[in-house]
Amino acid sequence: MYTGHEEKKKVDKNKYLLMKTDIIIAGVGGQGILSIAACIGMAALENSMHIKQSEVHGMSQRGGAVQSHLRISDREIFSDLIPLGKADLIISVEPMESLRYLPWIAKDGWVVSNTTPVKNIKDYPDTEEIIKSIKLLENHVIVDADKIAREIGSPIYSNMVVLGAAARFINLKHENIESGIRAIFARKGSEITARNLEAFNAGWQLSANIK
Amino acid sequence: MLLGDEAVAQAALDAGISGIYAYPGTPSTEIMEYVQRSRKAADENVFCQWSANEKTAMEAALGMSYTGKRSMVCMKHVGLNVAADAFMNSAITGINGGFIVTVADDPSMHSSQNEQDSRFYGKFAMIPILEPSNQQEIYDMVFYGFELSERYKVPVMMRFTTRLAHSRSAVKRGGSLKQKKLALPSDPKQFILLPAIARQRYKNLLSLQASLEKESENSRFNKLFDGPDKSTGFIACGLAYNYLREVVSENSLDNPILKITHYPLPLAMIKKISSECDRLIILEDGYPLVEEMLRGYPENDKRIMGRLDGTLPRDGELNPDHVAGAAGFDVKQGPVPPPVVKNRPPSLCKGCGHIDMFNALKEIIDEYGPGRVFSDIGCYTLGALPPFNAINSCVDMGASVTMAKGAADAGLHPSICVIGDSTFTHSGMTGLLDAVNDQSSVTIIIADNVTTGMTGGQKSSAAGRIENICNGIGVKSSHIRVINPLKKYHNENVALIKEEIDYRGVSVIIARRECIQAMKKKRK
Ligand SMILES: Cc1ncc(C[n+]2csc(CCOP(=O)(O)OP(=O)(O)O)c2C)c(N)n1
Repeated sequence: MYTGHEEKKKVDKNKYLLMKTDIIIAGVGGQGILSIAACIGMAALENSMHIKQSEVHGMSQRGGAVQSHLRISDREIFSDLIPLGKADLIISVEPMESLRYLPWIAKDGWVVSNTTPVKNIKDYPDTEEIIKSIKLLENHVIVDADKIAREIGSPIYSNMVVLGAAARFINLKHENIESGIRAIFARKGSEITARNLEAFNAGWQLSANIK
Repeated sequence: MLLGDEAVAQAALDAGISGIYAYPGTPSTEIMEYVQRSRKAADENVFCQWSANEKTAMEAALGMSYTGKRSMVCMKHVGLNVAADAFMNSAITGINGGFIVTVADDPSMHSSQNEQDSRFYGKFAMIPILEPSNQQEIYDMVFYGFELSERYKVPVMMRFTTRLAHSRSAVKRGGSLKQKKLALPSDPKQFILLPAIARQRYKNLLSLQASLEKESENSRFNKLFDGPDKSTGFIACGLAYNYLREVVSENSLDNPILKITHYPLPLAMIKKISSECDRLIILEDGYPLVEEMLRGYPENDKRIMGRLDGTLPRDGELNPDHVAGAAGFDVKQGPVPPPVVKNRPPSLCKGCGHIDMFNALKEIIDEYGPGRVFSDIGCYTLGALPPFNAINSCVDMGASVTMAKGAADAGLHPSICVIGDSTFTHSGMTGLLDAVNDQSSVTIIIADNVTTGMTGGQKSSAAGRIENICNGIGVKSSHIRVINPLKKYHNENVALIKEEIDYRGVSVIIARRECIQAMKKKRK
């Protein structure tokens, strides 16, 4: 019953086929990072991929630092948590939070962050210092998502702008994620869905020359 | 795509429960919430209301089992302390309809006062424990658990931890069983634990142990995987097995692995892996329960490794990196966050009534000196953090009332208590009765936001009736005062609290303003 190794060998043989993205979505309790996770998750589901999505519920939701580990893959996923140094992507809707999870980022992983800070602590650092730190990372995308979202109609769309800017680093097609967004916002009506798609595509354009 | 919690709920519905009982508590809350939202539950009339506390929930669920119907009770780990009397004795009475006690533990104390491991309770009660390693197993185990419970007429514990409770994955649903018909226990004395009967019942429980162990031995949920490298064997319990598989999928690991997700421990399997391997690494997301058992006390077997010998951290939740490290693989961590990253602890929401209550209280503290405010568990516990630094205790639900009483009995004045409305009805009322009976000089502030805020706004048991309850317990009407914690009433609120502090007896000040999150939700 060498179940352990047999599985292992299968993986080796197919390694070149492995389609996975391990994503950490970061923000502050109340910023709605779970809707980003839901859109990606829905897109992956429509693509018949495996998904695991670990969320933070409870105490930290009261304005504390929150994160979601989202793993999508064409193979079975085991751990609900992404191991250290294995995340392909950090998507953060708040700049300081984008740096909190760096120990999880893989060597060639990307950090995509919003620039608008949530200053709900006394010792919140100078935003410029934070942006400088993000810029020191080899693979980063910085977007003023709130500004773009306001142009679209409301800062509530900023999370979709950030998702759009990050979408090129996810192993899913552009139209898959669009379809995921449509599915997630369907019950809020066509107007809201259209605004969210607009925000997503505005973000997508921003990272056009990067990858 | 279901959270682990939701997988429990869906499975319980599909397995034909007639009722589910619970008191909210992270990470278990979403089980009941899922059932309350479910069409199936509504269509099939499945009982699904919050209870006043975990003890009342456990007893009501046992009562439902008494009638021959399947029932479930859910709670967080510390909730089982509250329900422990009912729980331990339900193992002695045994059950009639299938009965599962679902407990979600919180190692690393993400939202808890401690990280106690409920498996100890299961072992203590001598009942089977199921400890799923993933969401699908949660679902499948609920079906199995009810069947097991009914076959041996014992309660079954389902135990998992925060990570699994709050992680989503696709779950395949099984069948859909009908609810059971009303059928009273065949032995009318089964549930009467008079000593003479209890002794019989206990012997019965003891006599089942060998069979329960055989069930574990043959369980499809326990599995021994052989491997050629016998230098080390791994025993992976519950979620730890999932982490070990993660490590196996990334590295080559050719060691024997024993997966344990069904207790009592499958002795023959353990003997086999133990005799074959030079040493064993025990992986548990919780206390080192299995490790301690295998190590033995006088033997102190050094071949057994895990949390007790430093192979793994002694405390905190397990993760795939710990497991990889214990298996001898390097963990290639990304960069350390730069120093500009500051801690961001949770805080009270903007506009929360607790803020104005604490601002008033702060003035009192400034006048009378610090160290006199006993508090409790809920959003208002955040009053311990800056800028308030207003409270001096948070121990267990309801303890604020009784600790303030004890301190007052010792001569501390003022002795102030701050407790939430849901916490008050959970376990504060009985303490208030003690204080009234002894005429202790305490000032009890009930921070009434008309909801169970911390856990996401569940119905609060005594909404709208707190004055009547306090009055019924014996607090004089003239010392039951209601204030509106708003900035504009700050001065009068401070004056009123002072007035009640000057009263040498039990006074209750209800600081009432609806939770702003609850208000937002209503507007939606
Ligand atoms: C025995 C036990 N059960 C449940 C919990 C989880 N819990 C912590 S705070 C809380 C709600 C408190 O509500 P309330 O007292 O109304 O205060 P609020 O959060 O609304 O301010 C609950 C259910 C716990 N810590 N201990």
